[in-house]
Amino acid sequence: MWGILGRRAVDGGFSASSLRRMRSGLVSARSYAAGSKEMTVRDALNSAIDEEMSADPKVFVMGEEVGQYQGAYKISKGLLEKYGPERVYDTPITEAGFTGIGVGAAYAGLKPVVEFMTFNFSMQAIDHIINSAAKSNYMSAGQINVPIVFRGPNGAAAGVGAQHSQCYAAWYASVPGLKVLAPYSAEDARGLLKAAIRDPDPVVFLENELLYGESFPISEEALDSSFCLPIGKAKIEREGKDVTITTFSKMVGFALKAAEKLAEEGISAEVINLRSIRPLDRATINASVRKTSRLVTVEEGFPQHGVCAEICASVVEESFSYLDAPVERIAGADVPMPYAANLERLALPQVEDIVRAAKRACFRSK
Amino acid sequence: MAMLFARSRNLVSSLRQNLGLSAILIKRNHSSPRPVFTNYQLSSRVFLDPSTSFRHESTAVETQPDLVQQSDHEDDAQELDFPGGKVGYTSEMKFIPESSSRRIPCYRVLNEHGKIISDRDFIPVSEKLAVRMYEQMATLQVMDHIFYEAQRQGRISFYLTSVGEEAINIASAAALSPEDVVLPQYREPGVLLWRGFTLEEFANQCFGNKADYGKGRQMPIHYGSNQHNYFTVSSPIATQLPQAAGVGYALKMEKKNACAVTFIGDGGTSEGDFHAGLNFAAVMEAPVVFICRNNGWAISTHISEQFRSDGIVVKGQAYGIRSIRVDGNDALAVYNAVRSAREMAVKEQRPILIEAMTYRVGHHSTSDDSTKYREADEIQYWKMSRNPVNRFKKWVEDNGWWSEEDESKLRSSTRKQLLQAIQAAEKWEKQPLTELFNDVYDVKTKNLEEQEVGLKALVEKQPQDYPTGFHI
Repeated sequence: MWGILGRRAVDGGFSASSLRRMRSGLVSARSYAAGSKEMTVRDALNSAIDEEMSADPKVFVMGEEVGQYQGAYKISKGLLEKYGPERVYDTPITEAGFTGIGVGAAYAGLKPVVEFMTFNFSMQAIDHIINSAAKSNYMSAGQINVPIVFRGPNGAAAGVGAQHSQCYAAWYASVPGLKVLAPYSAEDARGLLKAAIRDPDPVVFLENELLYGESFPISEEALDSSFCLPIGKAKIEREGKDVTITTFSKMVGFALKAAEKLAEEGISAEVINLRSIRPLDRATINASVRKTSRLVTVEEGFPQHGVCAEICASVVEESFSYLDAPVERIAGADVPMPYAANLERLALPQVEDIVRAAKRACFRSK
Repeated sequence: MAMLFARSRNLVSSLRQNLGLSAILIKRNHSSPRPVFTNYQLSSRVFLDPSTSFRHESTAVETQPDLVQQSDHEDDAQELDFPGGKVGYTSEMKFIPESSSRRIPCYRVLNEHGKIISDRDFIPVSEKLAVRMYEQMATLQVMDHIFYEAQRQGRISFYLTSVGEEAINIASAAALSPEDVVLPQYREPGVLLWRGFTLEEFANQCFGNKADYGKGRQMPIHYGSNQHNYFTVSSPIATQLPQAAGVGYALKMEKKNACAVTFIGDGGTSEGDFHAGLNFAAVMEAPVVFICRNNGWAISTHISEQFRSDGIVVKGQAYGIRSIRVDGNDALAVYNAVRSAREMAVKEQRPILIEAMTYRVGHHSTSDDSTKYREADEIQYWKMSRNPVNRFKKWVEDNGWWSEEDESKLRSSTRKQLLQAIQAAEKWEKQPLTELFNDVYDVKTKNLEEQEVGLKALVEKQPQDYPTGFHI
């Protein structure tokens, strides 16, 4: 039902406010449903790929260790046994190679799902992603479309150091021709990955290693094989009226925890899960800020030219007169990620940082 | 890896027997259904995973000059088991030399005077085909000349000629089937010409006008046409190589009677994508024909500064790819080699590498003046004495299939057609503003729609800021 609501919203059938009312209504309706299931993000991704491969023989998976090893993070578990080595392809170690091959296969009409062991390694293939995949449809005037999905863990994990912890959301989301998605919950993972695989444009799908093992409640509707979420729509995870907190991926969990703490102090925070970094749902963000008059935007990645910077610019441009406080940006520290656990914690946004920023925006603290 | 050991029962027993030895000896007749390759025979065995069905063992390479010397030692009969298969060993420490004593010879059919050297390995070409090939080679020459001049006159911004490589362009195209998917580098417009792209269509792309299939999105010479199975030229070098492996893989999965054919220059083989593309195509057993135009120069970088191997052909074996070196200025040799390569690629589902030796007579592009880094004499020599078009012309004329009258008629009519095409293309209007925002995605996103509306309104509001006749 979320999917249908989302689609209607895209068609303009519902206004943002009525949509929010219906969503909150559904949230309460769901909590009465008996025996609600839970699913890990890992299983959500696995089931999404499985179902899409089953539905469309052109879909195939490619990447290092995706086959016999069942996937470096077990996202492709069981797929080799089910679909065979032609559709679950273990590649040699060459990101440039297999990304190029994926793009070529997509040019020829197949639908590859290319896994990067982490998006840090995608830098070795970035020319194929940007100069070939992103720009081909435009350069060929619609003759060559590239229905490819690039997926894998993005951003910081735990204790993996600088070359395994960078967030690429801002880099990829700056490129016209790409779509960039960042799921948070299991439902996000299922719905967005299915949408990405079905989409005729190249999609960069940014997962998070630490979320793979996390369990989330999942509705019957989201478990259906035809379930799909719209690309370009953010989700309001928690409604509020005092301050808007926008974020994506793992930080959504942090923001929700921060909202709980703020509620104890009488601040009602609205948490927006972006879901889609490109196209960015500026309409939802601005509508929320016009309601709350305050913005706190959170991301894990480096601060300069980040996703938060874009959101701040959008809000200042479109909702300036609604703002009662300066916009707040919380991002990772402007340093390559250190390894030591204490340093790593200091280099990433924490719940307390979000709480403090929200309070600052509400003039509750210095 | 575990499966290799499981399959060989003899190994388990010999392991038990020979635990004291530093090396594991394997008896030659073990329970393998495949022939065992001894020591220095050059073999490439693909480790067979029983759970897969489509991977097969590639055969030994025949009649190749040995890169490794044979040895007469007794213990060469023994073999070692390693991941990847059995390999003989020797107590003689011998390094494989960095180059063979003899360079790989190139296959040619016609001598410099257009006479057939030997009809031993030569697929005959009919009069109709030969005449068409010659006409197209001459057309390509005229097209290159006229577009180059147009750029010099400032009518188009950029151009890149294929002078000296007409045989590679046309003969390779003639040897392929129309279903074969071509991923060009940028010096192969002749392939598109052969497949039916008209001179007007070439002109429209160079002018980026409204009739251009590329909708004015690309700079000149970046031709592409879906209906001709010719993928749009892409500027970054060698990216088309792993992409060709991907296209080959798609054709293989869909069991099509077609292969992917991709072109690269000598310089492009230095790119990482060359390694990835060839290695991968071999592992995937994809039907891809890699054609390397070794024309001696990568802008100003001579091949002696590009690699130290014997050209490109020797690299094929390093990837387990069957390869051949061909005289790229001999249209019949190129035709024969590409035709055979294509057959093998499709029938045997494997990649093939062809190195076509040639010379880049023209400058790299209109942004280059090659007299700055090479002798004018050298250019003249190749232009006059080693001209592939003249050579093929001699053969066609000797067969009585072409006359001087045909020649002058063809050249003058092609020239006229081109001049008209350029004039028409120049006058044709450019793309309207709406094409700025189309095709970024399959369906325009909301922010693009908003931007388009905003820009239209701006242009209407401030017409003085936009040139007259600006198309909205």
